[in-house]
Amino acid sequence: MSVPQVELKNMTKRFGANLALNNVSLLIRSGTVHALLGENGAGKSTLVKCLVGFYHPDEGHIQVDGREHRLNSPRDADALGIGMVYQHFTLVPSMTVAQNLVVSGARLPAYINWQSELRRLAQVTRKLPFHVPLDVRVSQLSAGEKQKAEIVKQLYLGRKLLILDEPTSVLTPAEADEVLGHVRSLTRAGELSAILISHKFHEVRRFADDVTVLRRGASVRTGPVADLTDDALAEAMIGEPVSKMVQHAPKSPPKSDIILSVRDLCVNGDNGLPAVKDLSLEVRAAEVVGIAGVSGNGQLEFVEAMMGQRDRSGTMTVSGSPFNGTRREIARLGVYGLPQEPLKNACIDRMSLAENLALRNFDRVPLCRGIAMNYGALAEQAERLVAQFRVKAPGLNASMSALSGGNVQRAVLARELTQDVRLLVASNPTFGLDFVACEETYRRIVEARNRGTAVLLISEDLDELLGLVDRVLVMSAGRIVYEVSADGADKRVIGKYMAGMKAA
Amino acid sequence: MDATSIGWLALPLAILGGAIRVSTPFIFVSIGELITEKSGRINLGLEGTLMLGAMAGYAISYLSGSPWLGVLSAGLAGMAFGFLHGLLCSVKRVNDTAIGISLIVLGTGLAFFLGKPLIEPKAPPLPSIALGFWSSVPQVRAALDVNALFFVGIALAFAVYVFLNRTGCGLMLRTVGDSEDAARALGFPVLRVRIIATMAGGFLAGIGGSFLSLSYPGSWSEGLSSGQGIMAVALVIFARWRSINALGASLLFGGAGALGPALQGIGVTGYYYLFNAAPYILTLAIMVASTSRAAPFADAPGELKLHR
Repeated sequence: MSVPQVELKNMTKRFGANLALNNVSLLIRSGTVHALLGENGAGKSTLVKCLVGFYHPDEGHIQVDGREHRLNSPRDADALGIGMVYQHFTLVPSMTVAQNLVVSGARLPAYINWQSELRRLAQVTRKLPFHVPLDVRVSQLSAGEKQKAEIVKQLYLGRKLLILDEPTSVLTPAEADEVLGHVRSLTRAGELSAILISHKFHEVRRFADDVTVLRRGASVRTGPVADLTDDALAEAMIGEPVSKMVQHAPKSPPKSDIILSVRDLCVNGDNGLPAVKDLSLEVRAAEVVGIAGVSGNGQLEFVEAMMGQRDRSGTMTVSGSPFNGTRREIARLGVYGLPQEPLKNACIDRMSLAENLALRNFDRVPLCRGIAMNYGALAEQAERLVAQFRVKAPGLNASMSALSGGNVQRAVLARELTQDVRLLVASNPTFGLDFVACEETYRRIVEARNRGTAVLLISEDLDELLGLVDRVLVMSAGRIVYEVSADGADKRVIGKYMAGMKAA
Repeated sequence: MDATSIGWLALPLAILGGAIRVSTPFIFVSIGELITEKSGRINLGLEGTLMLGAMAGYAISYLSGSPWLGVLSAGLAGMAFGFLHGLLCSVKRVNDTAIGISLIVLGTGLAFFLGKPLIEPKAPPLPSIALGFWSSVPQVRAALDVNALFFVGIALAFAVYVFLNRTGCGLMLRTVGDSEDAARALGFPVLRVRIIATMAGGFLAGIGGSFLSLSYPGSWSEGLSSGQGIMAVALVIFARWRSINALGASLLFGGAGALGPALQGIGVTGYYYLFNAAPYILTLAIMVASTSRAAPFADAPGELKLHR
C-alpha cells in the first residue's frame, strides 16, 4: 500500500449551538508532515476526530487519493490506514504491551500461543524505530514509554497516515527529537504521512512541511512552514498582533529567610512503590524554585504529599513550623496552591463561582457568623475578586463548570493569591490554558514573588519554567538529580538530566 | 475403639468435606461475577439470580426428572436475569449498583413466589462421585462424596483463566472493562460486550443456585441461600479479579463455613453460632489485612466505578 493523499473538504461540525468547525479544508500531501496549530478549543481535536471516524461532520467530506469516503467508525479509518495517537493514551493499562498490540489487530485471534506470538511481535517491532519492552504492563511504563508504545502500535498496524496529538507534551526534549525525528524520516522515505497537532512553534518548524492554523473552528492560515514566520503564526493563532510576551518584572534578589524546607521526603505512588525518594529542598522568600522533569517522575506524588493529600515520611516545615496540610496550618502559615486542571483539582464544579471563591475563608469572619454563613459578605467578596481579576462569568451564581478554562484559572488565582500567601505551590498551572490566561498566570506568579512569597513551581514545560524561576531543580525517578541557577541554565543539560542520564 | 471411630481426625475430614460442599456455589457465583466485573460493570443482583436459579433448577429437575436439565435451566434463568441487568444498565445514567440491589429483591421475590408449590415434592438430585470408595471409614466416605458440579467449577476457573489471558475475546473483554476510551478507539462494541459478560455471569450464578437445591440432600426452601450471592462480590475483590484466586478464595471460605457444623459433628456444641460466623470474620480479617492504600490493584478493571 502506497502512502495516500488525504484531503478534508469544507468540514463543518456543530455541537448544539456551538460551531466547532466552520468550513475547514485541509490537504495532507503524500509523504509529508502537516502541522495543525491552534489554541485550546480552536477545533484541532474535533477536526482529526472526524478523520478517524469518532465524529461525523455535519457538512463536508473526506477524500483519500481522490476518492470520497464516509468514515462511520474507527474501524473504517483503520481500513484506510489512518490511525491516531491520542493525547490521553488509549493503551489498556492493566495489559502488557504485547497484549495491547494483539488486541488492537484487525482480526482478534481465537487462541493465543504467547510464546510464538511474543517471538513474532519481537521480530516485527525490531524493525521499528524505537524499542519498548513487550512483556511489561502499560501501567508500569513511564509517560514517554507509553507514547512510544502508542506509536509502535500504530506502525505495527501498518498505518499510512499517523495523527499525533501533542505528542511531545510528555517527552523530554531529547525523546521528542527522537520520536518526531523518526516520524519525519519515515515520511521522507515515503512510508508515511503524518498530522502533527502542536502548539510549539519550534517543533512545527523543525518537523513539519506544511502548517494549518485554526482559530475558533476556522482555518485562518495554511501553507508551507518555510513561508511563514513565527510572528505570523502566533498572530494567526491568537488573532491579534503579538506584543512581546512574558515581560518579566525586574527580579529582586531572593531574601535570605527560608520559607519552605523539605527534608528526606519519601512518598509511595499508587502502585505501592516509592515515587519520591529522600527528597530535600529549600525555597527562600521572594524566590521562585522550579522543578523540571518528565511527567510521571514523582512530581505529582511530591506535590500531593506536601499538601497533605498523600502519606509521607520525612519532614516539611514552613517558616519553621511543621506543615501537614490541615486547614488551620494552611491559614496560619499561608500555604496556597495552583494545581493543574484547576476546575478538577481546585474547584467544586457544581458549586457557584461565588462559593468557589470562598472555599479558603468561608469558615472565618466575616464570611461566617457562628455556624451560619453570611451570604451578603460572600457575594461582596466574590464581586470584589471578580472585578479585581477580571473573571468573565455569566454571573456570580453561575455554576463553576459554566466558566471557560481561562476564567476558572482567573478565579482560582483570585482566591489563592488574595490570601496572605507565604508559600505558593504551583503544579503545571498553565496546562491546557490559552495564551492570554497563561500570560496572566505568569504575571501573577511573578507579582506574588516580588511581594516576598516563596514559590515552588512544578512544570513539565521547560520553556515556561526557565522564563519564571530563579533556580531550577531537575527531578528524575523520584529524586532531585540536578540543580542550577536560572542564569547558568542550559536546556540541553537539563534535558539530559530529565531523561535520567548523567550529563556529559 | 472400633474401625469407624477416627477420633479428632474427624474434624479436618468434616471440614474438607464441608469445604467442598459449601464452596461449590461460591466458585460459580464468584467466577460469574468476575467475568461481569472484568467488563467494567458490577452486578450486585447475583443473590437474586442465585435464588432464582435454585428454584428454576429444582422445578425443571422435578418436572423433567433430569437434574442436569435442571442445572441448564437454572443457568438460562440466570442468563435472562443477567440480560435484564445488562440491558437496564445500558440506558444512560442508570447506575449498575442500584439496579443490582433491586434485582436481588426481584429475584428472591420471584423465586419465593414461583417456588411455593415446590416445597413439598422431591426432585431428583445431582449425582455425586464417591471418591472415598477405597475407605471403609464412613466419615471418609462422606467427606469424599463429591458433587460432580464441584469438578465443573474447578475446570471453569482454569478455563476462565485461559479465556482472559490467551484468547482474543478475553483480551477484548478486558479492554472494555479497563478502558472504555481504548475500547472505543479500537471499535469494540462496548455495550454488547458488557451485556454478554453480564449474561455469562448470570448464567454461572444460576448454576451455582441450582447446586444449592439439587445437591445432597436436595430440597427447595426459602432459606437456601444465606447471602452467598453477596459474599461472592467480596470474594472477587479478595481474589484481586483473578479466576484461580477466586477458586482458592471460595475453597477457603467454604472451609471456614464448614467449621461450625464440623465441630458440632464431633460433639463440640458450644459457640455453634459463633463458629458459623467464621467465614464472615475471616473475610473481614483478610480484607482488612490485604487491602491497604499502598497495595497495588493491578488487575482491577479500570472502568469499575461506583458512580457513573
